[in-house]
Amino acid sequence: MSDNLLELDHVTMQFGGVTALDDVTFAIRRGEILGLIGPNGAGKTTCFNVMTGVYAATSGGVHFDGAPLAGLKRFQITKRGIARTFQNIRLFPDMTAIENVMVGADANHRTSVGGALLGLPRHHREEAEGRNTAMELLTFMGIADRAGDAARNLPYGYQRRLEIARALATKPQLLCLDEPAAGFTPAEKVELMDLIRKIRAQGYTVLLIEHDMSLVMGVTDRIVVLDFGKVIATGTPSEVQDNPAVVAAYLGVPDDDA
Amino acid sequence: MSLSESLRSVTSGTRSVSRLGEALAKQSRSVRWSFGAICILALYLLPWWPNVPVLGWIVETPGTSFPSVLTDQVVIFVLVALGLNVVVGLAGLLDLGYVGFYAVGAYTVAILSSQHANLPWLLCMPIAVLVSMLAGVILGTPTLRLRGDYLAIVTLGFGEIIRITANNLHWLGDSRGISNIATPPSIGPLKFGVLDAKPYYFLGFTTILIVIFLLRRLENSRVGRSWNAIREDEDAAELMGVDTFKFKLWAFAIGAAIGGLAGSLYAGKVQFINPNNFPLQLSILFLAAVVLGGAGNMWGAVVGGALVAWMPERFRGFADKRVFVFGVALVLVMVFRPQGLIPRKIRKERWLESWKPSTGTALGSKE
Repeated sequence: MSDNLLELDHVTMQFGGVTALDDVTFAIRRGEILGLIGPNGAGKTTCFNVMTGVYAATSGGVHFDGAPLAGLKRFQITKRGIARTFQNIRLFPDMTAIENVMVGADANHRTSVGGALLGLPRHHREEAEGRNTAMELLTFMGIADRAGDAARNLPYGYQRRLEIARALATKPQLLCLDEPAAGFTPAEKVELMDLIRKIRAQGYTVLLIEHDMSLVMGVTDRIVVLDFGKVIATGTPSEVQDNPAVVAAYLGVPDDDA
Repeated sequence: MSLSESLRSVTSGTRSVSRLGEALAKQSRSVRWSFGAICILALYLLPWWPNVPVLGWIVETPGTSFPSVLTDQVVIFVLVALGLNVVVGLAGLLDLGYVGFYAVGAYTVAILSSQHANLPWLLCMPIAVLVSMLAGVILGTPTLRLRGDYLAIVTLGFGEIIRITANNLHWLGDSRGISNIATPPSIGPLKFGVLDAKPYYFLGFTTILIVIFLLRRLENSRVGRSWNAIREDEDAAELMGVDTFKFKLWAFAIGAAIGGLAGSLYAGKVQFINPNNFPLQLSILFLAAVVLGGAGNMWGAVVGGALVAWMPERFRGFADKRVFVFGVALVLVMVFRPQGLIPRKIRKERWLESWKPSTGTALGSKE
């Protein structure tokens, strides 16, 4: 088994004349927390969308756990073991927190119309299993006290954490977090970093898109930097921090240097 | 009683119904079951309600036999609303051609019991349900890739195709329709003839109870959860591992099967159908029943279906203006209760109370 859980192999993604990803190649190793950073519009979320099957890459391929993902439907990719959260929260607003997580847990279930109509043992077993998984995850995320409330009525921080719980419920190997700390206070960000470390300690591999450099530097093992759809740097946080190309991408280059 | 007053009484009525539901939920299992049993018994006796003082004045349908209104209109609309509620209310797929499935069910019974064969109704009915379900799958497979308005337009076309096909195919009795359709078989004292509508009502009401029982099982399962997730956010649902196409197709097939079931009951009752029984307007009325009652709430569908079927008959006294009165009543309900008379509820997970929740510790702060 290879060390790499997911590999992007020369992925290019074009929308009409716009090249959002240009020959992107990088790998996510098993058990690591990989940060994916870059200025606005660098192609971070597009990268996520290619991995999770929302977009089909114009060229190049994605390999997950040694097998190509091309041609799989989105829900099949999720069942293979990639789960994600969304940059702008996309919960099921009129469903309760617990139901939201149970939808995720259902990715591992097989009961369909027949089983539900007949009330087969598997239906009852899976319902009980889904409830337990969901409650455990809500407790793990620290939001179990609002389990019975509609997702739309939860405070913002709870909604962000509920998205992570829902993604974890699919029992992924790779958890992709798209700006999970957006809109958080510095104190909440510190808590989130702890939480992400705890998630990794449970055996998950984590891919983290983040704007906040301090969060990325503090929690990740390695970082991939995107700029204008290209990978401009890869390395440990300290390596990346000192990389002139990264500094230029973030801060700009003085006129006389350009 | 002015219209707005009567409307207010209707909405406050449904509000007290939901309050009653909450009060009942707190009662013990035996209290809830006996309350339910009394309600079911009272509804089985519905054909005799016009003989009860006061209540009789409210429900009576001047100029039309009340039991016939129940069988030809109310039972059919309630069943259809239950089926359409799965498609529109649960899975969130706008279907404007639902009358098509209803027609497929009715025509299947008509063909098999009169036009081309002589099968008994009891055999035709399950075949009609299966054929309608198949029609749902055939329509759904290519069209469920579409969303929202586009799906609505395609289904609208489907409803019309079925009607126009029936109107032009000699094999389907063309515009003259099909007569001598078989009635359900008599069971003991229940004789299914032309004179007494009550046996049809008992049959129809029993069917409704069975359908509700089965739909509840679906709603409280992975299937119902998937439908809800698809309605709330189809993309997010698929990215959380929901096979959206499969579950949308199931919603379509189950909705179609219930529509076909209603059609087979209708054909067995009236014994004569023609394409004019299945106009586009009926699709709109079916949808109105679901929306009026409260899309996504099964009890809403039941109430909406019953009201949409019964109101025009109740207001027959207004003669030409009855459709207008009916329309105004619909608009007013939508203004004052935009979510429908019995809106969709956030699910109460009763088992959560016995679970010991631990308060926010893993990530501390709450806001």
